[in-house]
Amino acid sequence: MIRVDEKGFYGKFGGAYIPEMLHPNIEELRENYEQIISTEEFKTEFQSLLKDFVGRPTPLYLATRLSEKYGAKIYLKREDLCHTGAHKVNNTVGQIILAKKLGKKRIIAETGAGQHGVATATVCALMGMECTVYMGALDIQRQKPNVERMKILGAKVVPATSGSQTLKDATNEAMRQWINNPVDTHYIIGSVVGPHPYPEMVAKFQSVISEEIKTQLKEKEGRENPDLVIACVGGGSNAAGAFYHYYNVPEVRLIAAEAAGLGISSGKSAATTALGTMGILHGSKTLLMQTEDGQVVEPHSISAGLDYPGIGPVHAHLFDIGRGEFVAVEDEDAMKAGIELSRLEGIIPAIETSHAIHALNMIEYKKDDIIVINLSGRGDKDLDTYIKWGGY
Amino acid sequence: MNRIHTLFQNKQKQVLSIYFTAGFPELEDTVPIMEAIEAAGADIIEIGVPYSDPIADGPTIQDSNMIALENGMSLKKLFSQLEGFREKVSLPVVLMGYLNPIIQYGMEDFCAKCQELGIDGLILPDLPMHQYLEEFKELFEQYGLSNTFLISPQTSEKRISEIDQHSNGFIYMVSSHSITGAKAGISDEQKAYFKRVQEMKLKNPRLIGFGISDAETFQTASSFSHGAIIGSAFIKIIKDSKDLKADINQYIQSVIK
Ligand SMILES: Cc1ncc(COP(=O)(O)O)c(C=O)c1O
Repeated sequence: MIRVDEKGFYGKFGGAYIPEMLHPNIEELRENYEQIISTEEFKTEFQSLLKDFVGRPTPLYLATRLSEKYGAKIYLKREDLCHTGAHKVNNTVGQIILAKKLGKKRIIAETGAGQHGVATATVCALMGMECTVYMGALDIQRQKPNVERMKILGAKVVPATSGSQTLKDATNEAMRQWINNPVDTHYIIGSVVGPHPYPEMVAKFQSVISEEIKTQLKEKEGRENPDLVIACVGGGSNAAGAFYHYYNVPEVRLIAAEAAGLGISSGKSAATTALGTMGILHGSKTLLMQTEDGQVVEPHSISAGLDYPGIGPVHAHLFDIGRGEFVAVEDEDAMKAGIELSRLEGIIPAIETSHAIHALNMIEYKKDDIIVINLSGRGDKDLDTYIKWGGY
Repeated sequence: MNRIHTLFQNKQKQVLSIYFTAGFPELEDTVPIMEAIEAAGADIIEIGVPYSDPIADGPTIQDSNMIALENGMSLKKLFSQLEGFREKVSLPVVLMGYLNPIIQYGMEDFCAKCQELGIDGLILPDLPMHQYLEEFKELFEQYGLSNTFLISPQTSEKRISEIDQHSNGFIYMVSSHSITGAKAGISDEQKAYFKRVQEMKLKNPRLIGFGISDAETFQTASSFSHGAIIGSAFIKIIKDSKDLKADINQYIQSVIK
């Protein structure tokens, strides 16, 4: 069975390795979140916002031309059609309702691609809450439109200038600011990372993805289970959502696409399962790209959302026990896959998502296999990167 | 007997602990800085093991960590620098570091090496208490290392009591809701928290740290505890120092005068 244990571990991975200053915050969450999210009141508000604000259920779309090309029946789970353009908002809607019920007044968040930042700024505007988003200085440059979107929505965007100036550093900064503001502030983490209970909580909010896939596939194919589910993994929230209700259905293959950057052995990569070893980052024990001396290695990916040196503990566990199949997709291949999907299906995907598309070339499957690719986000935010890359 | 215990047996007031990052400002400064701290009259030396992602630290210590790593500092390097340091330094010495570099080294090897070199205690800010109790307590005890936990203004009295029960050495009182870094002054709210903990009559001595920077903040903190810890302010002194020995002496003297 794949599930988190009482102490917050998935097998060997997880836990809450945090400074004592954060202990009360984490305890408050841990003690309250399950109870709060299981109330009818919470469920009603969450469901109604997912429906009317986010636009759920998102379609499960049979991609005919892509299917023809790859010789399988490929469905796209259209998270790109969520309000704000990616799956990230499923989690922020859940956490903002939770934060309100916990009596919090301010929200902080980290962001890489800016999608989680935008999704957080959006729900804060919706609920009238003050919002500060920490973002790596490098990411601020390469995700300009999202920075401006956050500002339009009324959020404050603060650059993280330490280290590699990307997602890892933004997360460090958000944790520091949570230490500085422990009482009235809730930290909305954007992926299935961080100290327990975050990984499981975020996965629960994202699990609506696989819940819908089951119903939709049943309608279209008369069966709830596809043969394969493919998703990209940065921290791993869209993948956790797409896998969640299939974790314990062994006949469904779970394929996770990581970012190989310029190549696994290039020194410029973010392929955590290929390059990582057991370590502790951002409060959980997980697979981590690090030096022999235990310093975290600065990752590289063309997609800001995958540019992270770790993965959520649940994915480390899936990898460890062989339940997940992990592939590492290089920058160039991801970009080409993005163009391919654009031309075949009229959908410009986020570059993160393009990694999952390219995975089709890296795995074996049978001719009539039903494959669901989680289309985690749309490519609007990435136009600059597409233009700079230029290969279209 | 562990030097930390001996220290607190002999001195219950105005104990001054100085934190600095190993390998900063220059790689080979580690032991000379320790000697200078001892010569200047401080009571405890806290050596920071640099880490790429110090989430409890403000900009000053973040920078010293980065520079130390760029200088080539690592746990192995630190241990090689500390070889034989007990011939030069007699103060209690505590290593402070984030968990990841230590578990990569191997906790048992790490503890054994600490004992061999003459390290007295550890402060591992991201090692939670229950994990310590489950995995590491016996190792620490086996190798004669005292363990220090942090508490903050948010820590409940119940948890403070638990921490007191499982600490040996001293308790590190984080002075406010805050990451490390020198701030101006100590507020009434902070004093109320110091007092509240003082009145709990814990079995372990308490040192107050974070935001202690000069004689005034040191005296104020010490009036509610056994003493205080200075980190960021000390890092700032050594950062631009042209004469480490003299500057360290002058600074520490100005604090304990
Ligand atoms: C569209 C999209 N997909 C995927 C990710 C990666 O995050 P995760 O692995 O948590 O799904 C991001 C992150 O910003 C994203 O914007």
